[in-house]
Amino acid sequence: MKEMVCIVCPRGCRLTVDNQGDEIKVDGNFCKRGQDFAISELTKPMRTICTTVKTQFEEFPVLPVRVSAEIPKENIFDVMKEINKVVVKDKLERGDIVIKNILGLNVDVIATSDILKNA
Amino acid sequence: MKTKNYDVVVIGGGAAGLAAALQVHKSKKSVLVIEREVRLGGILKQCIHDGFGLLRFKEKLSGPEYVERFIDEIHSENIDYVCLTFVTKIERTSDGDFKISVVSKDGCDEIIAKALILANGCRERTAKQIYIHGTRPAGVYTAGSAQALTNIYGQLPTKKCVILGSGDIGLIMARRLTLEGAEVEGVYEIKPTPSGLMRNVHQCLYDYNIPLHLSHTVTRVYGDERLEGVEIMQVDENFKPIEGTQKTIDCDALILSVGLIPENELAESLDIKLDPKTKGPIVDSDLMTDIPGVFSCGNALHVNDLVDYVSESGEIAGKNAASYVENKGKVNRNEIDLNISNDFLYMVPQKINISKIDEKVDIYFRSKKDRNNVVLKLNLNDKEVFSKKYQFLRPPEMEKISFDFKSLNLQDNDKLEFSISEVQK
Repeated sequence: MKEMVCIVCPRGCRLTVDNQGDEIKVDGNFCKRGQDFAISELTKPMRTICTTVKTQFEEFPVLPVRVSAEIPKENIFDVMKEINKVVVKDKLERGDIVIKNILGLNVDVIATSDILKNA
Repeated sequence: MKTKNYDVVVIGGGAAGLAAALQVHKSKKSVLVIEREVRLGGILKQCIHDGFGLLRFKEKLSGPEYVERFIDEIHSENIDYVCLTFVTKIERTSDGDFKISVVSKDGCDEIIAKALILANGCRERTAKQIYIHGTRPAGVYTAGSAQALTNIYGQLPTKKCVILGSGDIGLIMARRLTLEGAEVEGVYEIKPTPSGLMRNVHQCLYDYNIPLHLSHTVTRVYGDERLEGVEIMQVDENFKPIEGTQKTIDCDALILSVGLIPENELAESLDIKLDPKTKGPIVDSDLMTDIPGVFSCGNALHVNDLVDYVSESGEIAGKNAASYVENKGKVNRNEIDLNISNDFLYMVPQKINISKIDEKVDIYFRSKKDRNNVVLKLNLNDKEVFSKKYQFLRPPEMEKISFDFKSLNLQDNDKLEFSISEVQK
């Protein structure tokens, strides 16, 4: 038996997970996403990361970015290392790709703000 | 500004104010947003983490993504706004309008509005408000200023820090600073339970092996020019430090996440009645304060944990401010109190205007304590008229119910009271 808190939505369901048998049994989840989360936590935990990248624009020294989809939790710091190498030189807009297919994980790093429009 | 006369003026261009302005505009009234910072967006500009908009857009957006959707709409609808403009005074004119004095780079100016929406957010409690002994070195930040430094100015404010308080911004910053390569030695919380959402304790602290020390506080800071360390002590049930539990931690920053308080200097200057529980104005089901024509929404009204609720309250205030203007300020206010038992931290709104109930009223509340398997009850003249079961109630997690008060056919002397009790087995 394992206890965990679902992080999918702010409801934060307290889950009890039974992984003794062949099947993973999840209890305490309000919706289906809780069960998916618990199974993923036990097999391959995934996370989103949100951070900033440097820009060359004096007024806006950093641009907020995030990964376009979840990445394996174990890759978080490798992804951060890659993101920290970037200096944005174009006036990227919200949703624009900053790094394509980062570390071959099949997710992009995308800009999450339009601030550079006014740079 | 195209003119100096507006139907509605919204003070604050963050999540609440933008939603309010859009709603006023949709209700065909003229509106101006006054923002004191350089850009619209409020605090969401620096909340680059995701999780915003799950209720409203069914998406997990970052703060800028969420608020820029509203800003885009402000632009496409050509709604008037001014930035770098600070409201210095609000007065009521003899004909019942509001005269708003502002200062900006163009100098001083006055704007006239028929109705006012206060959407000026909340402020962080600071070191001055929590009585820490010792010197006054640099390196003591509120979580919000550490967040602005990191996410807007691109300056990491610490290499190794201690976080005091387990509010959501503190938890979010623990993760953020760790991602950027700083060491977060631990999060210390004076209460026996975390102040932030449980999901944030897990995804921001436990994911990164950052320890959370409950019933602990910072009792002293060390350092002359820059912070060099802090003293931590365990506390008893009355939050009194326990002698002999002192330990010193070397660090270059102390980050405070010790609570948020609605900002109500402007409300107070208008003599608006505040609720000592929320520290925001007392409002009715229209989110109108006790002063006719003045509405309050978002974190200025009460501190929310989800932006989706902030936008929602902005829309309610916007819609009702527009209708107040439409009715030329003639409102029937026949109000009865929403009384709450001792089980609640607070409830908003605090009153129901029984002469104007046209749809379901959204009610927000927080339980005073952690409770399991309880039932929320509404009594009308001591007779139960509504109940709802909850498996958990936690003070950091705001609850919302939509209730149709019209069905109760309320009269002037009726008494409404909410209470929370254990489920009868």
